[in-house]
Amino acid sequence: MAAPAGQSKFVRWIDNRLPIFAFMQHELNDYPTPRNLSYWWNFGSLAGIMLVIMIVTGIFLAMEYTAHIDYAFNSVERIRRDVNYGWLIQYLHMNGASFFFIVTYIHIFRGLYYGSYKEPRELLWMLGLVILLLMMATAFMGYVLPWGQMSFWGATVITNLFSAIPVVGQKIVTWLWGGFAVDNPTLNRFYALHYLLPFVIVGVVMLHLIALHQHGSNNPLGIDRKTPQDSIPFHPYYTIKDMFGLGAFLVVYALFVFFMPNALGDPQNYIQANPLQTPPEIVPEWYFLPFYAILRSVPNILFIPSKLAGVIALFGAIGILFFLPWLDTSRVRSARFRPIYKWVFWLLVIDVAVLGDCGAHRPEGWYIFAGRLATLYYFVHFLILLPLIGWFERPRPLPTSISATVTKRIDGALPAASAVGKS
Amino acid sequence: MRALAAVFAAVVALLALGTVVEAQDEVTPPLPRQQWSFAGPFGTYDRAALQRGFGVYQNVCENCHSLELVHFGDLGADGPGGGIGYSEEQVKAIAAASPKQYADTDDNGQPIQRPGRPTDTPLPLNYDNVKQAKALFNGAVPPDLSLIVKAREGGADYVYAFLSGFPEDKNQSGPPYYDEYFPGHRVAMPPPPLAGNDVPGIKATADQERHDVVTFLSWASEPTMEDRKRTGVKVLIFLVAMAGVLYFAKRQIWAELH
Repeated sequence: MAAPAGQSKFVRWIDNRLPIFAFMQHELNDYPTPRNLSYWWNFGSLAGIMLVIMIVTGIFLAMEYTAHIDYAFNSVERIRRDVNYGWLIQYLHMNGASFFFIVTYIHIFRGLYYGSYKEPRELLWMLGLVILLLMMATAFMGYVLPWGQMSFWGATVITNLFSAIPVVGQKIVTWLWGGFAVDNPTLNRFYALHYLLPFVIVGVVMLHLIALHQHGSNNPLGIDRKTPQDSIPFHPYYTIKDMFGLGAFLVVYALFVFFMPNALGDPQNYIQANPLQTPPEIVPEWYFLPFYAILRSVPNILFIPSKLAGVIALFGAIGILFFLPWLDTSRVRSARFRPIYKWVFWLLVIDVAVLGDCGAHRPEGWYIFAGRLATLYYFVHFLILLPLIGWFERPRPLPTSISATVTKRIDGALPAASAVGKS
Repeated sequence: MRALAAVFAAVVALLALGTVVEAQDEVTPPLPRQQWSFAGPFGTYDRAALQRGFGVYQNVCENCHSLELVHFGDLGADGPGGGIGYSEEQVKAIAAASPKQYADTDDNGQPIQRPGRPTDTPLPLNYDNVKQAKALFNGAVPPDLSLIVKAREGGADYVYAFLSGFPEDKNQSGPPYYDEYFPGHRVAMPPPPLAGNDVPGIKATADQERHDVVTFLSWASEPTMEDRKRTGVKVLIFLVAMAGVLYFAKRQIWAELH
């Protein structure tokens, strides 16, 4: 890590003792990035920015919030009504959770399509899954804090999942609650953890970035960078592209925050928690719906009761992703060159959408059937289809290099006019 | 291939096990859409309707329903979102005119009853506490109305439809009463005595009063809505412009590449 050349004496003095300028030079300026990244590669940085937005708005909310079952609901309302711009901070945070999940899910599906989890990026992928799990825990506990009806009953349902564990289940649930029902101790510990976990996420994001920078980004072709022509420096090319992506993303985010802030939420959560009155339907936030559907779809299997089987399936649905780099036996990364996997990928997208729809509806009639079929297909996709397809699929021939493909396309698209500084 | 089809059929049959189509609960008709001054990205609360609606709330709803998150002071210009158009003096007068006295202590610590102040919230007139309410209304507690519009699927349209959904022929006796739009239809609340709560200058028909009181309750649910939309328009104009500039900057920088 050499100190950047041509820097002032001051910068060199600092760098000699604490090499932050050299670090930035190395990880931003010199960091070689494939030149052919599409806009699907914007969502990683967007997720990072959402994490920052959530932490900043969250800290300001924490200054006004009261973590007590008697005051929590009204303290959130006081933030919306009486704190200067409290409504803005609260809506940014509340909708921010949804948008954090939107960009993260797109980021994950991009990885699935382009095979970003494959050798040598297995640990990068697994660290991402750890971030996803931490995000889910954080979002779940954050949703409990306003102490609305859905906060309370959602917390009751989800913590009760642990009671499915044989023998010690009920003891674990009591331990989690700090009592014999979701109550003040539960709210307090959820608040403490909701404040802690985002910083744990920051830590894992650092590891995710270190793992990323080891081999650099994957790309839409899924082939390795070979020559210097295949790469461009991250700055300024991808910094400006990420900034434009951020601008476009913020427009959509702002549309929701300012003009339909409650579109993604449940009206029930504007009713204060009442342990004596179960809401007509207990539904999690939209980003948990596919998993909720899996939980509810599993019937009794042999000697395993439906509840335990559902919990196993729920955790298995994410757990299975940790083995994805080895379940997918194809050595070709990008779905562009995988004629069969390309279709199977879109089937998985549809499958997850169907699961989401089933999670949003009462498990009756058609929804039971669809939920079970979609749950089954989810596991078939990862456990059977991916290993098999890798064996019998005949991938299309891979291009020889990134730069060959890019420059050819540019030449074709812009005849004559592209004379400016041609490399 | 035939074996595969057989396996598929078996799986489908297995999944369908236990799938019973249940009859829907008594369904409620779709909500009629109303015209609201506060609808749409530029909508604002009609101040005159808010004040009339507050009058209806005081004359009708306040008998049984609390409004815990709205202080009298919030109705004035210092309230969230600039209140509903009353001056500070008017707010003081409204608070002091509250039909109920407020429990407090004097300087010697002796319990007293005093008139309302701007920091108080309106009190339900028919009962003093939840137990009394339950005894009075067959175990049902009238819900607080501060967030009623936000807390119902369908929002203002639902509350309006609910208030208009008591057909006379089905409500000759009660409780429970019958409401067309209430899930399950059986509701502890009697048909609200709307119409005739005269406000100077406006013919107080039931429709008019419903519309006004729902406008007021919408404000009570989100008094900062106008701030939100006003700020939103500015923020969006800025963001679209910024994204545009960044787009051209991106094109410029990338043009040097090829």
